[in-house]
Amino acid sequence: MSKVHSVKNPIPHIDERAREADHPTSLVAHFGADKPLRLDCGVELTPFQIAYQTYGALNADRSNAILLCHALTGDQHVANVHPVTGKNGWWETLVGPGKAVDTNRYFVICSNVVGGCLGSTGPASTNPATGKVWGLEFPVITIPDMVRAQAMLIDRLGIETLFGVVGGSMGGMQVLQWTAAYPDRVFSALPIACATRHSAQNIAFHEVGRQAVMADPDWRGGRYVEEGTDPHRGLGVARMAAHITYLSDAALHRKFGRRMQDRELPTFSFDADFQVESYLRYQGSSFVERFDANSYLYLTRAMDYFDIAADHNGVLAEAFRETITRFCVVSFTSDWLFPTSESRDVVHALNAGGARVSFTEIETDRGHDAFLLDVPEFIDMVRAFLESAGTARGLTAGH
Amino acid sequence: MTIQSPTLPLIAPAQDYTGEYRSDHLVVAEMVERGSRVLDVGCGEGDLLRLLEQRGVDGRGIELSREGVNRCVAKGLAVIQGDADTDLDSYPNDSFDYVILSQTLQATRQPRAVLENMLRIGNRAIVSFPNFGYWKMRMELLVKGQMPRTENLPATWYDTPNIHFCTIKDFVQLCDEINVELERAVALNSRARPLRLNAPWWFWNMFGEQGVFLMSRR
Repeated sequence: MSKVHSVKNPIPHIDERAREADHPTSLVAHFGADKPLRLDCGVELTPFQIAYQTYGALNADRSNAILLCHALTGDQHVANVHPVTGKNGWWETLVGPGKAVDTNRYFVICSNVVGGCLGSTGPASTNPATGKVWGLEFPVITIPDMVRAQAMLIDRLGIETLFGVVGGSMGGMQVLQWTAAYPDRVFSALPIACATRHSAQNIAFHEVGRQAVMADPDWRGGRYVEEGTDPHRGLGVARMAAHITYLSDAALHRKFGRRMQDRELPTFSFDADFQVESYLRYQGSSFVERFDANSYLYLTRAMDYFDIAADHNGVLAEAFRETITRFCVVSFTSDWLFPTSESRDVVHALNAGGARVSFTEIETDRGHDAFLLDVPEFIDMVRAFLESAGTARGLTAGH
Repeated sequence: MTIQSPTLPLIAPAQDYTGEYRSDHLVVAEMVERGSRVLDVGCGEGDLLRLLEQRGVDGRGIELSREGVNRCVAKGLAVIQGDADTDLDSYPNDSFDYVILSQTLQATRQPRAVLENMLRIGNRAIVSFPNFGYWKMRMELLVKGQMPRTENLPATWYDTPNIHFCTIKDFVQLCDEINVELERAVALNSRARPLRLNAPWWFWNMFGEQGVFLMSRR
């Protein structure tokens, strides 16, 4: 375990982060005035750009493309060193040559969501109309907006039907949205640890995070870039609170218990005496290095607004009526942020529509974050599902 | 990480294989029309489903054990983790041509409700179960005075998952009570081969180790 980390000022990597927002270290697709993004809020976003990464090669039939959808604080750097933090890609447990999402076999695409801060147009990007950072002038975006932008990217790449759409948490919401909005463009779908709508409890947690950001005096009503500040304390607290929801009581107990951090006895102060405190502070301080506070507000809001059934007369099954997509729904026993009951609701709606759906709940004590971790039973499931779907799609092993 | 061990095998049905497939599965599969939609409740590792799909059937499965589900998915089958007692409620009326319950009825908490649900979801139902009226069972109880244990049902009374045993006669009676039409009935011997067709019910109830029934709403 690392030592006590205090939030430092100025925070490291802030310049790299600002640069990545407009000029990302990845592929970028630009969409000009002829291709506006029609947002649910009624605004047409134009021009805009989508930053993305690809791994592997598209086959001659263009039939082996898998779109990975990242979670709230993820980005397009799935399986390469992160340009800001220098850390490994966030899904290297799952994605790479010979891995469950085998880049020798599939053409893997991951794009930063619209509203994000790693190169797709969002509140941290420069508004071409003003020459200033968008900030809160940026229109509010939704999960369907993110998916609409991804579909435009997939069009640009010349791909008609995706072999697979895969994602966990907010990424899983995008997967479900893809299958509801573009049923004939998704051959197989893997929504992991997610739900068709955000629960009241989850909205409540997000509100705590947003209030933490906005309570930071350095937030400056969202104009911190212009004013040369950064609300890293508020964003750090938001991340600390959120991070607890990604774990489980059992996982925290196993990892930290009541153990002390570099000391034998309590200091009788508010220093980080306990390892779990030190760990959370570290999670908060490392997060703010790579993430924009306003972007965090926008993306949490997008999740809050998500409700597929509401877009289909309140009947979830309507969203998946006569779908031809092959589904594999996965949940984790200790995930209390997106509990198994939410995944079962998805499964029941899919059953009602006669969909070809598999579902399993993976036994683990690692909480919501389990989908990002080395959980062999989960990884085997993903591999098996994609392989069988690949056979049905006529993909040959390797190429 | 701990992974729960899979549930006990319900029974070890006669493992008589005709080539690749279990003979009791072949009996069931033979009752299913080509091109139909089938839900296999308690599909285990998907052997029956795979046999059906090879015969042009569009199959789905429900299985309680995670391990079973994972193996099914690896075979390319569409199987959800769930429970016959609770998960059938979520399926709409008439969503399948057949709902199959193979060697699972006796392990459900509410066999009657499960049967009724099966015939709500499916136009037809196929049920196979071990016959507790089989002569070996009767002998065990009569001669030893103990709960029967056979090669195919080896569990003791305290660790068996089979909580609702019945005889072929009992089952036929229940079907009559809940207005179920028996379209076809087959009794299988200890090697899972059909007994002679023209035998009377008492003969099947005595010498059939399993019963297999194709049913529809009356």
